[in-house]
Amino acid sequence: MSIPAPSSASAVDVRGVSRVFRTGKGQSVTALDDVSLTVAAGQFVSLIGPSGCGKSTLLRLIADLDTPTGGEIHVFGKTARQARLNQAYGIAFQSAGLLPWRTVAANIELPLHLHNVPRARRAERVRELIELVGLADFAASFPDQLSGGMQQRVAIARSLAESPGLLLMDEPFGALDEMTRERMQAELVRISAETGAAVVFVTHSIPEAVFLSDRVVVMSPRPGRIRAIVDVSLGEVRGELLREEAGFFAAVTEVREALHLDQAAPARGMDLR
Amino acid sequence: MMRLWRRLGLGALSIVLLALLWEAYKAVGPAGGVDMAGLQLLPRTTDLAMPHIADMVIRALEPVNSSAGSAPVWIAVLLAGVSSLGTASVGLLIGSVIGVLLALLMQRFRLAESAVLPWLVLSQTVPLIALAPLIVSWGGRVQIGAFEWERWMSVAVIAAYLAFFPMAVGALRGLQSPDAIHTELMRSYAAGWWKSLLYLRLPASVPFLLPALRLGAASAIIGTVVAEVSTGAKGGIGRLIIEYAQSGSSDPAKAYAPIAVAVVMGLIAAGVVAALGLLLPRYRRNEISA
Ligand SMILES: Nc1ncnc2c1ncn2[C@@H]1O[C@H](COP(=O)(O)OP(=O)(O)OP(=O)(O)O)[C@@H](O)[C@H]1O
Ligand SMILES: [Mg+2]
Repeated sequence: MSIPAPSSASAVDVRGVSRVFRTGKGQSVTALDDVSLTVAAGQFVSLIGPSGCGKSTLLRLIADLDTPTGGEIHVFGKTARQARLNQAYGIAFQSAGLLPWRTVAANIELPLHLHNVPRARRAERVRELIELVGLADFAASFPDQLSGGMQQRVAIARSLAESPGLLLMDEPFGALDEMTRERMQAELVRISAETGAAVVFVTHSIPEAVFLSDRVVVMSPRPGRIRAIVDVSLGEVRGELLREEAGFFAAVTEVREALHLDQAAPARGMDLR
Repeated sequence: MMRLWRRLGLGALSIVLLALLWEAYKAVGPAGGVDMAGLQLLPRTTDLAMPHIADMVIRALEPVNSSAGSAPVWIAVLLAGVSSLGTASVGLLIGSVIGVLLALLMQRFRLAESAVLPWLVLSQTVPLIALAPLIVSWGGRVQIGAFEWERWMSVAVIAAYLAFFPMAVGALRGLQSPDAIHTELMRSYAAGWWKSLLYLRLPASVPFLLPALRLGAASAIIGTVVAEVSTGAKGGIGRLIIEYAQSGSSDPAKAYAPIAVAVVMGLIAAGVVAALGLLLPRYRRNEISA
């Protein structure tokens, strides 16, 4: 009616979304309260905030793994449900969630397999992705033979399998060591730039958010709200040197201050790496 | 492989130990057994109540009865065992199909689970002995064209009746075993119920289905033997168990041959299921690493 049709230029369009969980006996938790957010196509947006502020909930709503109790969500101009049915996004969770009876290659292949991609194209794509995450030697290994970080890399490769226009990632690097983490961050920046995929990325790490993102969305808990949106705009090329630049530190400071608006001590559950 | 041989060796050892215990008690125990306040605690040790193991073996090698051309006991019981094993397999097959179908129904529809599961539990409380004659008499009325209902089919139905329950419960637990992260992944791939079943729920069920199958196989065999005993179906091991037991007072060693075969039937069933498990190692990785 009065709401204009969401422009198809935006990858994600969240409007006035609320999510209230009924926890029984008339009690309820407001995980999200009137949240609005637009992610342009190809844009990299991080969600950051203390534990329990509704980051995962927001991501799950965008993925149509959960439905909002108020407001609307559009993904590439379609309803979240339609977007899910059309495979508009790839998703990676905090834990890898690999199928234990499938090899590394077969796990990456899973979405392609489910969507009846021809065998030859599947094999080719899996080879590319396995190279990308640096697990070429482990293609035939089973998940229980891999370290947690390696499993997470498989999960990330799997989320990229169908070259989605939107990547949803819930703390995907949480289980990685610092070195792998920085390498994967650089890879992710490269992938999103190369494929033109928009990314919604949940993290607890301020430097990670700043390094990766075009915009950092700072959230506050109970009820979950967007407190501030920090434009990072550090330019297209994000090499390792970026981490030492003045602009980087300025953005880190800005995000940190937005997070700690109302308290002197760092919020609980926050990781200041 | 080493582990397999070790387990086989331990199994053989336990049989030898049992035989030694039997003979030792027979040697030292009082002939009248041990009773306390009129309650028989330990059996009599007479040759009638507890024949020597050697006598049992010798008796098994001799002909069934004195009539000319009578086959040795061991051949008779072995043939009967094969026949019963066949009946039990048919029962297990029917029971497995029904059990898995019921589990699929219950997994697919929450309502079905709460509506059907109590009946399944209830079904297993009906005593088998009460059920057997009923099923036989129903079977007797079935006649479709050239097809005629035979006694062994009733036995198979009774075996299926016992076998389907562990299969249904095990399959349901297996189908419901995937974590939320996996079901949500399937949902994110817009995979419907059927594809989720093929790619997630069935493979995840394997570690639950194998023990269920082992239980189901044991139930099918027990069901077959008990049904043969109570319906008197010819050709099976159950029939021989009663027949030979009836000649107990004059020929006590003979009765142990069919019992030994019944035990072997159970071992064969367990062995087949274990072999099946060895063929599916990739679906049991959780089990192994855990
Ligand atoms: N299924 C649920 N039922 C009830 N309450 C829930 C449910 N899921 C989330 N919540 C509540 O919603 C709030 C937000 O949860 P959410 O998982 O989105 O937080 P988060 O920001 O991802 O936290 P973390 O950084 O620890 O992962 C929490 O208070 C949580 O208790
Ligand atoms: Mg979370």
